[in-house]
Amino acid sequence: MSQTTEFQGPPRQSFSIGKIWTDKRTRGLVIQLMATIAICAVILYLGNNVVENFQKLGKPFGFGFLQQESNYDINQTLIEYNSQSTHLRAAVVGILNTLLVAVCGIILASILGFILGVLRLSPNWLVNKLAYCYIEFMRNVPVLVHILLVHGILVHSLPKPKQAIEFADSFFLTNRGFFVPSPVTQPLFWVVIAAFVFGLIYAFWYRRNARIKQAATGEQSPVFWVMLGAIIGLPVLVFFLTGMPINWDVPELKGFNFKGGMALKPEFLSLWLALSLYTAAFIAEIVRAGIEAVNKGQTEAALALGLPRRRTLNLVVIPQALRVIIPPLNSQYLNITKNSSLAIAIGYMDIVATIGGITLNQTGREMECMLIVLGLYLFFSLTISSIMNWYNKRLALVER
Amino acid sequence: MDTATRTYAPGEYPDEKPPIGQSGFLHWVYTNLFSSPFNIILTLLTGYFLYKIVPPAFNWLFVDAVFVADSREHCRELNSGACWGFIGKRFGQFTYGFYPHELRWRVNLTFLLFIAAVLPILWGNMPKRREMLWFSALFPFIGIWLLCGGFGLEPVETSKWGGFMLTMVIGVTGIAVSLPLGILLALGRQSDLHIIRWVCTGFIEFIRGVPLITLLFVASTMLNYFLPPGSNFDLLLRVLIMVVLFSAAYLAEVVRGGLQAIPKGQVEAADAMGLKYWQSMRLVVLPQALKISIPGIVNTFIGLFKDSTLVVIIGLLDPLGIGRASLSDTKWQGLSTEVYVFIALFFFICCFSMSRYSIYLEKKLHTGHRED
Repeated sequence: MSQTTEFQGPPRQSFSIGKIWTDKRTRGLVIQLMATIAICAVILYLGNNVVENFQKLGKPFGFGFLQQESNYDINQTLIEYNSQSTHLRAAVVGILNTLLVAVCGIILASILGFILGVLRLSPNWLVNKLAYCYIEFMRNVPVLVHILLVHGILVHSLPKPKQAIEFADSFFLTNRGFFVPSPVTQPLFWVVIAAFVFGLIYAFWYRRNARIKQAATGEQSPVFWVMLGAIIGLPVLVFFLTGMPINWDVPELKGFNFKGGMALKPEFLSLWLALSLYTAAFIAEIVRAGIEAVNKGQTEAALALGLPRRRTLNLVVIPQALRVIIPPLNSQYLNITKNSSLAIAIGYMDIVATIGGITLNQTGREMECMLIVLGLYLFFSLTISSIMNWYNKRLALVER
Repeated sequence: MDTATRTYAPGEYPDEKPPIGQSGFLHWVYTNLFSSPFNIILTLLTGYFLYKIVPPAFNWLFVDAVFVADSREHCRELNSGACWGFIGKRFGQFTYGFYPHELRWRVNLTFLLFIAAVLPILWGNMPKRREMLWFSALFPFIGIWLLCGGFGLEPVETSKWGGFMLTMVIGVTGIAVSLPLGILLALGRQSDLHIIRWVCTGFIEFIRGVPLITLLFVASTMLNYFLPPGSNFDLLLRVLIMVVLFSAAYLAEVVRGGLQAIPKGQVEAADAMGLKYWQSMRLVVLPQALKISIPGIVNTFIGLFKDSTLVVIIGLLDPLGIGRASLSDTKWQGLSTEVYVFIALFFFICCFSMSRYSIYLEKKLHTGHRED
């Protein structure tokens, strides 16, 4: 037999237990395997405990209790509700109240925050420092303290209904709430709404055509004025032409309280104001940082190209600033929504106070109620952040 | 003398004053307050606003205030401003909650030791810093022993803790435990191992998606379901766990931002040097990532400290809880503004100093090239 050396390829790796840990790939697999086992074990253990606990307490698990009568009242509701309604309806009232305060808060906080952010950049020393003091005070005090403080001031320092602070004989500020006239629409009012919808559609159609025209010929159209006229001017015109088909239900003092009109309860007012004032401070800092992030050269370049000041702002500065502002602004909007859960501290009936509070205490279904509340908040958060992410993506820099 | 070669020695001639209106107070006032018609209007409006707000507030807070009184009626008889007598009477409760009176020295001692333990961490150039850091590492155990009792000290139940002491306990524990946990979560979210990454991402997104208050409710009502039947553990501990998990998730996102800002070349260079994963993280990546995420980390800490007030909703007696309990006393009803202003002041001092410290730290650690 002739001895020929065969080519055997690279030296074969012999298997050994130690290799599993020293090789990077197998080690990764081992770690993941162990993590999976550990997580499954923990979940099994917790699940087992839950089942055992339910058996021991003799409680069934299910959401049937939502159909039972709720037996409690809610002081501010957007939809029809009384103590004979079901727990499910109470939950819906809670959700609507959460959404109401979140949406109102987001709007007010954005407006205040943008104003404060611009004031913070003002060359005027007094205005600048005043905004700075406001922002620092607001940011460094817990929002719960703000809520309780505002609520305390509204309830204890405002006058009783008999000595209400009046504005124009139809707005009344009292310690029972802020009473404002509520609109009562007459049949012809739908014409105004129709005019508004038509104006809206026309305005956007016009803007689209104007853009196409500008791209093709370079001619500019008075987009802003046409849109303003179509969206606001047209409905107002129709409103007056149809003879103002709206009545105001003005609140009146009857007995110890005001009747009629719309009442903003002190709970809602204090939560709304405190959340907005608090979050506005954060938004102001975000806006300031966003505007400062736009290089001064950008403005100078735009002016050098001959763009007028307003177009410089609209076409050059604001789009770039928004790109910096949107992501943190998104998380502030989420914060307002989540902080609205502090409503329970002052008795505003939001989702945590209805289903996570009174319903939970009445039915003793801790597990189901908390699951509903957690699930709803996750849903709100994911919805808001996906909308903002979509908007953010639209604004994002298109890179090569 | 020839004017072209004339030289001036310093001090030989008195310096000329700058032209009037180009510097000094008047110039400052002109450029900062009255530089344009719009600015003039803005200044006047703000000035009027301040004139309307500041003197009444100052009078209410200090001039017309009553600092010693027995009841609200007594306050109103004495003067028309704020009634601080109330705070004075309840100051012990606001600080210690219902911690037994004769054992309060233990809280005070813990606080002093806490300061001694924190100083070497915060103060980089402290003499004998190394030795002191050993004490800092030991402090948590000493602190727990002093506050809870046992081993020769009289035990105190956590349900008696309250006031600013409780806020400090929640804040300090939360900060100390959530930072390492948050860093681990951030590393996990960036990991190449899929399962680890999914678990960390899921955990972070879940915690960030729900409000802290619901997590506290879970801790106070639902957590018992997940424990073996019949077992129960301290409410404060449950709350602490939830607070730690909550702020760890937020910290993880802040740290992740820092990690993403570190160029990939750094990790590759560390790999090329033969550093293992944990070595490269500990020695190369994390020092840089943490440095740039300091503002975010401190902001999360401030948030945690402020969020510690939420425990009042599940019945722990933090300053707000003490305040609300005292307000239900008929003698002092209706003084909510004073109570909340006092508590707000406490939080403002703590949080504002934290944010100032972070600015100082940022400047100290700014070792890279300065842009300006």
